[in-house]
Amino acid sequence: MIRKYVPLLIFLTLVIFLGIGLTRDPHLVPSPLIDKPVPEFSLPRLADADQHLASSDLRGKVTMLNVWASWCVACRAEHPVLVDLAKKNVVALYGLDYKDNREDALRWLEFYGNPYVESAHDIDGKVGIDFGVYGVPETFIVDKQGIIRYKQIGPITEDILKETILPLISRLDGSAL
Amino acid sequence: MIPEIGHFALIIALSLACIQAFFPIVGAARNNHYWIALARPAARGQFVFIAIAFICLAYAFVTDDFSVAYVAENSNSSLPWFYKISAIWGAHEGSLLLWALILGIWMFAVTIFSRNLPETFVARVIGVMGLVSIGFLLFMLLTSNPFSRLIPAPMDGADLNPLLQDIGLIIHPPMLYMGYVGFSVAFGFAIAALLDGHIDVAWARWSRPWTVIAWMFLTIGITLGSWWSYYELGWGGWWFWDPVENASFMPWLVGTALIHSLAATEKRGVFKHWTILLSICAFSLSLLGTFLVRSGVLTSVHAFATDPARGVFILSYLVVVIGGSLTLYAMRASGSLTGSSFKLLSRETFLLANNILLVVAMATILLGTLYPLLLDALDLGKLSVGPPYFNAVFIPLIVLVALLQVIGAMTHWKQDYAKRLIQHLKFAAIGTIVIGILFVLMLTNLTAVKAALGIIMAFWIFLGTGHIFYNKLSNKRDYRASLRLLSRSFYGMSLAHVGLGITIIGVTISSLYSTEKHESMNIGDSIELSGYTYQFTNLRKIDGPNYSSYEGEVRIFKDNKQISILKPEKRIYTVRSMPMTEAGIDAGLTRDFYVSLGEPLEGGTWSVRLYYKPFVRWIWLGAIFMALGGLLVVSDKRYRFILQRVKNSRDEAIADSGSAIKPAT
Repeated sequence: MIRKYVPLLIFLTLVIFLGIGLTRDPHLVPSPLIDKPVPEFSLPRLADADQHLASSDLRGKVTMLNVWASWCVACRAEHPVLVDLAKKNVVALYGLDYKDNREDALRWLEFYGNPYVESAHDIDGKVGIDFGVYGVPETFIVDKQGIIRYKQIGPITEDILKETILPLISRLDGSAL
Repeated sequence: MIPEIGHFALIIALSLACIQAFFPIVGAARNNHYWIALARPAARGQFVFIAIAFICLAYAFVTDDFSVAYVAENSNSSLPWFYKISAIWGAHEGSLLLWALILGIWMFAVTIFSRNLPETFVARVIGVMGLVSIGFLLFMLLTSNPFSRLIPAPMDGADLNPLLQDIGLIIHPPMLYMGYVGFSVAFGFAIAALLDGHIDVAWARWSRPWTVIAWMFLTIGITLGSWWSYYELGWGGWWFWDPVENASFMPWLVGTALIHSLAATEKRGVFKHWTILLSICAFSLSLLGTFLVRSGVLTSVHAFATDPARGVFILSYLVVVIGGSLTLYAMRASGSLTGSSFKLLSRETFLLANNILLVVAMATILLGTLYPLLLDALDLGKLSVGPPYFNAVFIPLIVLVALLQVIGAMTHWKQDYAKRLIQHLKFAAIGTIVIGILFVLMLTNLTAVKAALGIIMAFWIFLGTGHIFYNKLSNKRDYRASLRLLSRSFYGMSLAHVGLGITIIGVTISSLYSTEKHESMNIGDSIELSGYTYQFTNLRKIDGPNYSSYEGEVRIFKDNKQISILKPEKRIYTVRSMPMTEAGIDAGLTRDFYVSLGEPLEGGTWSVRLYYKPFVRWIWLGAIFMALGGLLVVSDKRYRFILQRVKNSRDEAIADSGSAIKPAT
C-alpha cells in the first residue's frame, strides 16, 4: 500500500526544494573570487581577432566585466540597461563573449547596440571557467588594483544598477589607486 | 469610491467561497440536503461578486483613475482603450483577479451544466472548487490587492509595458487561464470521486467534456503565446523553453495524457486511479506554474513582477491543495493503478504507453526547469538549463508518441491480433517508407536526415489516420453517407492527430531550413536570402498614440518580380522611453518573410535582420487543428445529454461496465 503514497512523497520532496529556493535570491551568489585579483587571461578581441584583451587591461581604473552571449535570452533583457550605463561614462565596461560564434556575436552587438569598450572572445569558455561562470549573464566589478569587488548573477536591472552597482562604482572611484 | 466597491466585492466573494467550500462538502458527508443545496447559489453569488470586482477595476482603467496604484503602474492616459482593458491582466494583481474571475466562470458553468448529475456529487465538485477559490481570493486580499490606493495620485500613469501592447497579449492570458483554471473542474471531479468513494465509469464520462474544453483553451493559449513571441520579440523564435513557457506546457502535456486516459476509463473502465492521479497532477501543475511565475524563484524574461514574500503564501497553498489531495488519493484509492481487464496487444496498452511517455516528457521538462533551483538548494552552484537539454530529451519522446499514436488508434480495445494489426499498418508503413526512401535519395547532409525523420513521422500520422478513416467507412461505395455515420468524436480525434503531424512538419522544416541575415543596410540596398531579394526601399517617421516610430519599407523580389512589401518598425514608447521592434511579416502557408529593424547606424544605415522561415505557420496551424479536434469531441452527441438539463438519460457505458451510478438525491 506504500505505493499509493509515492505521488505524495514526490510532491513533498519538491516542496522542500521549492521552500529552500524561496529563501535564496537567484541573483545573489557568493563567489570565492570576491576580493581576489582578476584571474589572468589573454583572449582575442571580438572585433579584431589579431588583437588581444588581457587581464592587465582591467587595471588602473574601475572596470566592469559583463559575461554575455548572443544565444542568451536573459542578456537581451539586460542589454538596454548596459547601453544606458555606457552612455553615462562612469565605468569602463568590458564584455566577455562566452562560448559564442564570432559572427553571431558581432551581429548581435550591431543589432542591439554595443555598450562595451571592448569584448574578449572566449570561444571555448575556458576563461569563463576561471571566472566561475555558472550561467550567462554575469557581471563582475573590478577596482583600480584589479581586485574583484562584486559579482552579479543574472541580468542587471535598473534597480540593481541604481541601488548597488552605481554606488559601489562611485565608492571605488573615490579610493586611491 | 468605485475601487472600494471592488475591494468590498472581493471580500464578499471570499465569504461566499468559504460557505461554498464548507457546507456542501460537509453536507454531502452527513447527507444534509439543506447544506448540499447551498452549493449552487453560493458559487453563483461568488461569481457575481468577482465579476463586480473585475468591472470596478476595468472602470478604474478606462476612466484613468491613477489614484489606484495598479492603474498608475500599468496604464497611461494616452493608451488606446483596448489596451486599457487588457492592461487589467498586464501585471501581477490584475492577473490574479482574472484568474479568480475565470474560476468563477467555470464554477458558474458547473452549476448550470450539471443538472443530471447526483446532487451530492455536484455539491462536492463545487465545494472543492470553492476551496481552490478561497486560496486565490485570500492571496489577492492579503498580498496583492489590485485596488490599493496611491495618494496623492500621480498626474499620469507609468504606461503598460510596451511588450504587452499587442493584440496577441490581449487574448493570450484569458485563453491560457481558461485552460489552467479549467483543469480545476477535472480536479474537482477527481476529488469528489475520491470523497464519494465510488470511482466509477460515470465519473469519467462527466469529467471528460470539461477536461477536453479546458485542454482546448490551453492549446489555444499556448499557441497564441508562441505566435506572440514570434512576431513581437523581433527574433523570429517561437519557443524558448523559458520557465514561463514550460509552466504552461507541463499542464498541457499532462492534460493531453488525461483526455486520453479519460477516454479509456469511460469506454473500458480501465485506468481509473491513473486518471484520478492525472486529474490531480494537471491542476497541480497549473498551480505550480503560477507559483513559479509569481514567486520569483526562477529568473525568466517573462517574469515581469515577482516578490518572494508572495512565494511563501503560494507555497503553503500548494501544500494544502496538492498535498491534501494526494493524501486523500493515498487513503482512498484501492486496487491497482490501471486495472487489468485488457490484453497486452490492445488499444489500452498503447494509450497507457503514450500516457507514460507524455508524463515522462512532462517530468523531464519539470526537472530541467527546476534543476537550477535544486542545485542551488543543495549548494552545488548555479546554472541555467538551456534549449539543448530540452530538445535532446523532448524530441525522441515525441517521436515515440507519434509512432505509437497511429498504432494505438488502429488497435481494438481489450484485445487485438498481431496479424490483423500488421495487415492494417502495412499501408501506412509502406507509404512512409517510400517517402523516406525518396528523401534518402535526395539526402545531401545531416540536416536532410533530420528533416527526413520529421517528415516521415508526419506522413506516418497522415497515412495512418487516412487508413483508419477508410477502414471505418461502413459502406465503401457510398462515401458520403458513411462519412456522415462516423461520430464527431472520431472526427475530432483524427483532426487532432493530424494536427500533431502538421505541427511536426512546421517545427522540423522551420527549424532546419530557416535562413537569416543580419546586415547594415542603407536605403536602396538589396540582399539575397534563400533565392529572394530583400530591398530596403524606404524609411519614414510616424507617430502612434503613445509612441514615435521609424517605419522601414522592405520589398521582396523573386526573379525581379515584386512579391511582397514589409513594414518593420522601430518604436520608442514615450512614457517608458523603451524601444520596441515591430517585425514586418508576410505570412504564407509555405513560408514567412520576416524583417525587423535594429539600431540606426552612422550615415543613415540601419542594422536589419532578415529572415526566411519556411513552413513556420504549420506549427500553429497544427495546434489550431488540435484545438478544433477537441471542439469536435465535446460536440459529440453522447456528451450533449451530460451538459443538458435533461434527466434520466440512458447510459450504455455505465450499463456495460456494471458499475452502479449513485442515485440522485
